[in-house]
Amino acid sequence: MLRLIGRRLLAAAPGLAGVLVVTFLLTRALPGDPAAFFAGPAATREAIEEIRRSLGLDRPLTVQFGFYVHDLARGDLGKSLTTGQPVRSDLLSRLPASLELTACGLLLAIGIALPLGVLAATRPGSWVDHLCRMLTTAGVSLPIFFTGLLLVYVFYFLLGWAPAPLGRLDAFASAPRPITGFYLLDALLSGDLGVVWPILRQLVLPAVTLGLFAMAPIARMTRAAMLGVLSSDFIRTARASGLDRRTVLVTYAFRNAMLPVVTTLGMVFSFLLGANVLVEKVFAWPGIGSYALEALIVSDYAPVQGFILTMATIYVLLNLLIDVLYGVIDPRARIEAWARSSVTAATCSARTR
Amino acid sequence: MNRLAAPWLVLALLLLPSAPGLAQSRSETLLVVVELGPNSMDIHGVGANRPAYQSSWNLYDRLMTYGVKTLPDGGRMYDYSVLRPELAESWQIAPDGMSVTFKLRKDAHFHDGTPVTAKDVKWSFDRAVTVGGFPTFQMKAGSLEKPEQFVVVDDYTFRVTFLRKDKLTMPDLAVPVPVIMNSELAKKHATATDPWAMEWVKNNDAGGGAYKLESWKPGQESIYVRFDEWKSGPLPKIKRVIVREVPSAGNRRALLERGDADISFDLPPKDFSEIAAAGKLAVAAHPVENAHAYVGMNVKNPPFNNVKVRQAVAYALPYEKIFHSVMFDRGALLMGNPIATNTFGYDPKLSPYKTDVAKAKALMAEAGVPNGFETQLYFDQGFATVNEPAAVLVQESLAQIGIKTTINKIPGANWRSLMLKKEMPIYLNAFGGWLNYPEYLFFWNYHGQNAVFNTMSYQNPEMDKLIDAARFEPDQKKYAELVRAFTKLAIADVPRVPLVQPNLDVAMQKGITGYQYWFHRQLDFRQLGKN
Repeated sequence: MLRLIGRRLLAAAPGLAGVLVVTFLLTRALPGDPAAFFAGPAATREAIEEIRRSLGLDRPLTVQFGFYVHDLARGDLGKSLTTGQPVRSDLLSRLPASLELTACGLLLAIGIALPLGVLAATRPGSWVDHLCRMLTTAGVSLPIFFTGLLLVYVFYFLLGWAPAPLGRLDAFASAPRPITGFYLLDALLSGDLGVVWPILRQLVLPAVTLGLFAMAPIARMTRAAMLGVLSSDFIRTARASGLDRRTVLVTYAFRNAMLPVVTTLGMVFSFLLGANVLVEKVFAWPGIGSYALEALIVSDYAPVQGFILTMATIYVLLNLLIDVLYGVIDPRARIEAWARSSVTAATCSARTR
Repeated sequence: MNRLAAPWLVLALLLLPSAPGLAQSRSETLLVVVELGPNSMDIHGVGANRPAYQSSWNLYDRLMTYGVKTLPDGGRMYDYSVLRPELAESWQIAPDGMSVTFKLRKDAHFHDGTPVTAKDVKWSFDRAVTVGGFPTFQMKAGSLEKPEQFVVVDDYTFRVTFLRKDKLTMPDLAVPVPVIMNSELAKKHATATDPWAMEWVKNNDAGGGAYKLESWKPGQESIYVRFDEWKSGPLPKIKRVIVREVPSAGNRRALLERGDADISFDLPPKDFSEIAAAGKLAVAAHPVENAHAYVGMNVKNPPFNNVKVRQAVAYALPYEKIFHSVMFDRGALLMGNPIATNTFGYDPKLSPYKTDVAKAKALMAEAGVPNGFETQLYFDQGFATVNEPAAVLVQESLAQIGIKTTINKIPGANWRSLMLKKEMPIYLNAFGGWLNYPEYLFFWNYHGQNAVFNTMSYQNPEMDKLIDAARFEPDQKKYAELVRAFTKLAIADVPRVPLVQPNLDVAMQKGITGYQYWFHRQLDFRQLGKN
């Protein structure tokens, strides 16, 4: 298993290097001139050239890239001009916010979508199936910012049930002692139980917004996979052997149907992490999505590069995790992966898509 | 079904109204919601943004500040004609008018307890004129250019020698740039490559102002607490100020209307007009001094190098329509007048322009382009709430005289570089000057030095002569004549058509007292109170 992980990580390296080069070139190809932007409103041409020099933007691209890689090797992702802080510390403080929100949204989606998908598959054509279809259609077709704004309008503005959309914590509550950066985890770890409630309250609406969006593919995939498995030979055999309904459904059918669902989950998670920028905007959530977007608008290279690199890394790790999970769910996949990984590791990554 | 219902039940529980424990701290704390927060605590820093002016203004003292005047509508604003003591107790202009000597108050301390002395003032001013970029530029606007101008006489006496007699020198010492920093503290963090401790001051508080920095999470929030030993003015009423970034304008409005936030700037004019009409919240509205939103035309390239074409545009533009349906009647109509309503030299009779399509068509024919032409209309997407509908109205009205325009929305990062290139044929933009003098606006926008704000590339030696003369003219009558002359010239040559003077609107809870308009258009926490 360890060897598999090591090989997979090694195989991801060229991909990451490619990402590095492409993002570097892409950010440079963006329209706009960061030197002009940051020289301030009343700057003269000379002042702008001075800023350009101090930012190193007057050097040839290859030299700039050399500097970038050199800094990167020392763990320095550069400095954000928008927040004035090192990109590394910005990302470190914001990534947990995004991950926490995405994870909550995904958990919520799984909690609803999995049972819904299974029920829909066991009773195709019933009202549960129709409900599943309705919810998934709504989840996909409602734009995420619209759902967010609607929820804020109804639950905060009209009803006053939800707390103000002010980010991770009410302005007058104090954050738990930072350990992991995940507020919920930190609150539990440091035994600061009083703050768990305010944190959860802030999380609900954005998590529901994300959850509604994430629910659709998961429910659809669960339903389809379950339908496929339920009509297969071994289920028929199991039923014919007189196994009770629960064993057939949970032990045999569900476990087998999990494979495509886990793949979907991985994709949905990484997709959500990038796509929750809109939710972050609506709920003033200090995550990495909104951070990258702000930076993009002002052609602030370093945060954009840092963001893409982080996302690529997360994606690689996530795929790895899914492969490992595959092995846990289905031992055959483990053996297969083992055999394949010793031939060529690269093909593995193709399979997870 | 149980599984389905459970999450919703949990949801409903979580959404229950919050505990009352927070109410107490609220009465002494101000919650301000903004679109964008500061990117620096140091106004001298490279790329310090506008919200950084607010942080700096409240964390630091300056030698002098401006007086306050009450407006006819009961609102309060700074008074640019009166300078008041802040860190300096008093000052004296030398008999020859070539220097000023400040007496510093002896009881003032920085936030770390160090007494404020003249060497701190010198260090801070030296820093402002040396580090380059915006602070150096702003100091220069008041003929403050060299460290040699700043002299420490003794611990509590400080002299500024003048390079020339410039009426902007004294006012320029009370703008946000010449802050007084704790030089000993900052120097501890200076390095060989960073002698002015730019890196440290950017993230830390080296001030002695009425508020101390409690915490700052860039991109999220900054929190300020009152400095109880502050001596440079009456002790502020508000103990703590939280400035939270809430990017969505709709949510900022919702937060105010629900009573969760106390103050917000930066809402679209439509929201302000609705909030003011609803009457639940207070809206303080001030036409921004020395400012105008305008349509600019590139005078270097055809077709707008022809003055007749530019005049035709000025007669075609839908002034009232823009004011009414884009600005929601907030601000003031300028109708081609470059000088704002509350700036010296404003005379509504000077500009002949109004929406007169027949006259515009005649001018197009005179210019030799009776059938019009095609061109590109640009605006900055960063201000799309106002710019976008305005651009559509401009497009519509220009089409009536045969000028077919394609609208180009430019993202913020690109806008500044396009302004510098000076190639946009026709564009929408706005300008506001800190110092409320007409020649100050003209110097940036119409002068042949061709600053970035002169995006029209307008260069006219006669204009330059008038602006330069007005700047240093001591005689009030001659000065008024000069102002009138360059205003008339700007209207006749019409490189840009000023449309409206925008408002600075601020929405706040009714219990908030003491709000005061400042030329820097940021919040001064010191005068505010909460009932």
